[in-house]
Amino acid sequence: MVDHSSAAPHAHQFDDIQQQHEADSLGMWVFLTTEILFFGALFLSYGIYRHAYPEAFAAASHFMDVILGGINTAVLLGSSLTVVLAVHAAQHGERKRLVMFLIFTIILGLAFLSIKGVEYSHKFAEHLVPGVDFQYKGPQPGHAEIYFILYFVMTGIHALHLLIGVGIMTVLAFRASKNRFGPDYFAPIEVSGLYWHFVDIVWIFLYPMLYLIHVYH
Amino acid sequence: MALLVLTISVAYIDLGPYNVIIALVIAAIKASLVAYFFMHIRTSSRLTWTVAIGGFFWLFILFSLTFSDFLSRPIY
Amino acid sequence: MNTEQTVDYLNAGYGPKSWLLTTDHKRIAILYLISITFFFFVGGFFALIMRLELLTPQADVVSAHTYNELFSMHGITMIFFFLVPSIPAVLGNFLVPLMIGARDLAFPRLNLLSWYLYIFGGIFTLVAMLTGGIDTGWTFYTPFSSAYSTTNVIPVVTGIFILGFSSILTGLNFIVTIHKMRAPGLTWFRLPLFIWAQYATSVIIVLATPVLAITLALLGVERIFRVGIFDPALGGDPLLFQHLFWFYSHPAVYIMVLPSMGVVSELVTCFSRKRIFGYYFMAGAIMAIAALGFLVWGHHMFVSGQSVYAGMVFSALSYFVAVPSAVKVFNWTATLYKGNISFHTPLLYAFGFIGLFTIGGLTGLFLAALAVDVHVTDTYFVVAHFHYIMVGGAVMGYLGGIHYWWPKITGRMYNEGWAKFSALILFVGFNLTFFPQFILGYLGMPRRYHVYPPEFQVLNVLSTAGATILGVGYLIPFTYLIWSLRKGKQAGPNPWNATGLEWKTPSPPPPHNFDKVPIVTEGAYAYPPILTTEGTHGGS
Repeated sequence: MVDHSSAAPHAHQFDDIQQQHEADSLGMWVFLTTEILFFGALFLSYGIYRHAYPEAFAAASHFMDVILGGINTAVLLGSSLTVVLAVHAAQHGERKRLVMFLIFTIILGLAFLSIKGVEYSHKFAEHLVPGVDFQYKGPQPGHAEIYFILYFVMTGIHALHLLIGVGIMTVLAFRASKNRFGPDYFAPIEVSGLYWHFVDIVWIFLYPMLYLIHVYH
Repeated sequence: MALLVLTISVAYIDLGPYNVIIALVIAAIKASLVAYFFMHIRTSSRLTWTVAIGGFFWLFILFSLTFSDFLSRPIY
Repeated sequence: MNTEQTVDYLNAGYGPKSWLLTTDHKRIAILYLISITFFFFVGGFFALIMRLELLTPQADVVSAHTYNELFSMHGITMIFFFLVPSIPAVLGNFLVPLMIGARDLAFPRLNLLSWYLYIFGGIFTLVAMLTGGIDTGWTFYTPFSSAYSTTNVIPVVTGIFILGFSSILTGLNFIVTIHKMRAPGLTWFRLPLFIWAQYATSVIIVLATPVLAITLALLGVERIFRVGIFDPALGGDPLLFQHLFWFYSHPAVYIMVLPSMGVVSELVTCFSRKRIFGYYFMAGAIMAIAALGFLVWGHHMFVSGQSVYAGMVFSALSYFVAVPSAVKVFNWTATLYKGNISFHTPLLYAFGFIGLFTIGGLTGLFLAALAVDVHVTDTYFVVAHFHYIMVGGAVMGYLGGIHYWWPKITGRMYNEGWAKFSALILFVGFNLTFFPQFILGYLGMPRRYHVYPPEFQVLNVLSTAGATILGVGYLIPFTYLIWSLRKGKQAGPNPWNATGLEWKTPSPPPPHNFDKVPIVTEGAYAYPPILTTEGTHGGS
């Protein structure tokens, strides 16, 4: 059942490309809502324990590298910008700029992951990896261990999401270079962009929560 | 440009003892700006707004009712 | 008439590849039908062994450890691999596009992926349960599950984690489809209530399941790395696990029962030839159940050590959630009143649902009272309560729907005599199994125990007898439904003369559902007014 009435080709279950675009967009927003609850449960666990053990958490967070974390925040914010510019380029049919901005996004994403890798390697060197090698010298090591396991789980799952995002952007860059996108078909770019921004937003909350705790007197 | 200003405000918090609330508020503002401008929420349909806000509202339910338990009893 | 020349979704392509790589929502629904039937009988088998053990007060069939594994496997299989997918994945997948006049769901390939995730998760979990066992209960409470159980906890929760994504994808698909792909003229308030129910269920799935996923992941992390997220010995709080777990698992019971309620609305209207009484309230009640269902999870934790104040809040909220359910029961009753009733099998299942769900729901209110719950929690009273809802309610609704839409799905009619007979058997068997359990629970028999004091034996024997009848009762439809595929009478497009877009296309439907996009001009259940014997108009 092919519908010849619309200009751009669209999947058979839709009436036209507009409906497909709207469906794709809504689908991604619904998926992001599941991700809000997914990460949200982690933030809740973190919040409960930070409320319960404020000193241990503050002391443990001093082992976080605020500078590296801050750089990573800027890197991700910048990558969100390049994503927006990529979507804009796709909307206007500017293939070269689209590919360029997608590649910038990929580079920034990889930069984030590399910095994260460096941070993780520091943790291993300082024996701060719960379950693997944990020798914490500060007060309440048991409670600090909870901080560190949550640190690894939250940033680890975030990094996994970012890695998947980098993969998606790579595929998109490849297809964009083959001129598969244009003003009448750029939904995949836009929808992947939404995903990327969400991963950025998660980090926007992760950074101050994990890195910027100080005990105030 | 907005994001650079925001990144600097992150550095501000760094400089002294601050409440969790302020950090959260600034993070929320940053997140809202990303959503608003980068994710084009402002040009999206009411449905999209509902989906986005709904997710956070539901998170709020999870947080508030769970915390109601933990705040009303001692934790060891 | 289904002639040799007609192409329908069943004969459009043969061979395993055309089924295993299909993106047709109707074929995917059939794939789900076969798989969940398999898991249903697996879960039932575990229950049968349990009831066999409970014939006598002593342990003579299985050991305590094995019994723990049995009730865990029964719960996990039935909840995650039968009840949660059942109506959405089978009837929802088949009917949602048809009922809204669409050619398929919004994301057909995601739909197929959803089935593969279900199969992979299901087989993975089943193998894990059968090789290493699981004895934590389907509730996986910590620190037993994270620190002390010697069974296959990690593989089992991994399988459930995978299944969670299957569920989320189905829910996502339905939400987008219902929002974006309704036929021209099909406004929200002209939708059949089955669609409203699927929509609300999908919203619950999307909001609740991710929390379960993280909870199981954290449980796995704690077990693998021996850290104290939920283990009190290491500084964690086991109640955090319970809060996170029940944040999903209470809404999950609405995932299991709301679709059934949607089915019942379809059955009651068709077989009383009347519009539903209070359509707007019914749609509103569906959404209210979904929303309120998220606010009550703490009623599973009244005796857990949760603070009294939180307990009071959850208790009060639990009373509220009963209100929309009651509205639905009253409205079904009002729909039946002065209707032109025909006692076909689907309606018998609907009657079963309405009566048994009411009992289950009322006993839920008893449990919501803090003082009563202290007495009967973790006893067979709770077991009876949720089986009344899940088996007496959800499963009856599922079977009613399977029977009602069987002619549409297969193009064949089943044997009405056998169908009525087995509906009756199921009703008797069900009540004989579970009503004694209310009494047992009230008298103090704890759940999840394989031995009990001798004075409870009579009631236990009754319950096991009922379970046997129930087991036989489920085998009968299995038999005659399969038999009908070859020997059943050919059904036309609309054997029940029902309203609804799904009846306006051939039985079985062609692959693309509709030859022409239907245009909707009237509301749901637009049955003509019923003439009474005096010549005046009854019904509405």
